Amino acid sequence: MNILVCISNVPDTTTRIKYSADMKSVDYSGVQWIINPWDELALTRAIELKEANPALVQKITVITAGGADAEPTLRKALACGADDAIRVDAAGGDSLFTATQLAHAVKGEPFDVILCGIESSDYNGSAVGGMLAELLDYNSVSAVSSLNLEGNSVKVTREIDGGKQSIETSAPVVLIVQKGIAINPRIPSMRGIMTARTKPLKVVAAAAAAPGSKVVGYQAPPQKSACKMIDPENMDELVHLLHTEARVI
Amino acid sequence: MSVLVYIENWNGKFKKSTCELVSYGKRLANGLGGSLTLLSIGRVAEDELKNLGAYGAGKILSAETDAPLDDKAYASLIASAAQNSGATLVVMAHNVTGKALAPRVAVRLNAGLVSAVNGLPVSYQPFVVSKKAFSGKSLMQAEITSDIKVITLSQNTAGIETFAGNAAVETMDASAVTSGINVLSTEVQTGKILLSEADVVVSGGRGMRSADNWKPLEELAGVLGAATACSRPVSDEGWRPHHEHVGQTGKVVAPNLYFALGISGAIQHLAGISSSKVIVAVNKDPEAPIFSAADYGIVGDLQTVLPKMTEAFRKLKASS
Repeated sequence: MNILVCISNVPDTTTRIKYSADMKSVDYSGVQWIINPWDELALTRAIELKEANPALVQKITVITAGGADAEPTLRKALACGADDAIRVDAAGGDSLFTATQLAHAVKGEPFDVILCGIESSDYNGSAVGGMLAELLDYNSVSAVSSLNLEGNSVKVTREIDGGKQSIETSAPVVLIVQKGIAINPRIPSMRGIMTARTKPLKVVAAAAAAPGSKVVGYQAPPQKSACKMIDPENMDELVHLLHTEARVI
Repeated sequence: MSVLVYIENWNGKFKKSTCELVSYGKRLANGLGGSLTLLSIGRVAEDELKNLGAYGAGKILSAETDAPLDDKAYASLIASAAQNSGATLVVMAHNVTGKALAPRVAVRLNAGLVSAVNGLPVSYQPFVVSKKAFSGKSLMQAEITSDIKVITLSQNTAGIETFAGNAAVETMDASAVTSGINVLSTEVQTGKILLSEADVVVSGGRGMRSADNWKPLEELAGVLGAATACSRPVSDEGWRPHHEHVGQTGKVVAPNLYFALGISGAIQHLAGISSSKVIVAVNKDPEAPIFSAADYGIVGDLQTVLPKMTEAFRKLKASS
């Protein structure tokens, strides 16, 4: 079985977001780039499954759509334990554009299980995984919080509103994963970093694709007014303020 | 320009969030000068469907099936309903189901998708919507440029409006729905207020010190009719279940009132709570970053503050 993990190259979570002067784009200068946190958990689970049963999971491939500047993030995924990497040479665009690029590179390739994080920490779209599944005409299960493979059978737990379901499906399938799929992300070892340099990284040309949406501009979120401090001995005041001033209870 | 809204049911019932979504769909249809059609998949009694008339529902398509949520099959039904009703805008909730289905529907309709939209569009022509980006650190405006458009609505951002009118229910054939997945078992928590639907959320962090200290927090939640939640270290320590984790990699909530008790306010946690209308923070450290995100703050020890707080709310509830 071959597992493909889709990787989004995103600014580090603690990045302060800066904008161009006209507020039409984000200023990425000086940003530290990381593997999107959910994709990192997906990759971790793929590596755990391969380590547990190398006869069943033969290969883990990571893929991203982006410019050459996304390659260090792919190398990090290789250092964590992926076997090879694909970069579709297509930067920018919306979720439909990105999913089309991934589908173009993946179509016809023998991937049995495709893992995508449930959202990316930049545009928080939650869209590429489902779009990729539809473009490939594969089944998909979303909000997956556990994954086990047995032969050709794929067993997952899916979170539902207020509960969870245990689900069995079969490959090929796209699984859109969330927290719980793995607990602590894999950190590359020194040996992993060394071997990652020589692992294959294939660059695929972009496909012709039209985006369905575009960013018009950005705004900083509205500033919160200063926090009103309340005497810990006077909880009646808190209740009074929430009741009469904020009117939320 | 007509609008199709997919309405999810939970064991045949709708929730408050459904009313918000329907009334949002009605306002969009009015803004576009078109009509609103709803699509329900599953088994919902006609009366339950017709109740949505008060929120602006006109025509309701009811696709009756016992098939469990299968992303591919459900998305195909929604896309067919959109095509058959001539909808140019498809709307879903930005919840677990909407996140699963909207991207597939968008591909089927060759439509641009913007998810987690905050409220009504900034403009209809061109069609520009607003949403949070970078996990709440930025607001972004995006234009959907395709002929057919798909959006998902962030809960509790549009509010509920009522409309005069009656809903008419039509059956939609769902016999072609097959399922590529096999649901082996379903576990649903009962008797608890769902985090996703709660108006008030009481959340505890590492400052609660141990799993044994959750009782006073649950008491406060009980008095307020609130859902309970926690920060990441708490669920990682196993003090509380993972589904209660609120934050960037956990759940994103948007209640009217959020209590952050013993939560320092790491940026990952703030990403999950920044859409809350009012935030109350209790922390023993006056420098904790949570106070810059909070509306009301109390510097103090939870073990003494929490019971007093609960008592004060109990008095208010008893008097109202």
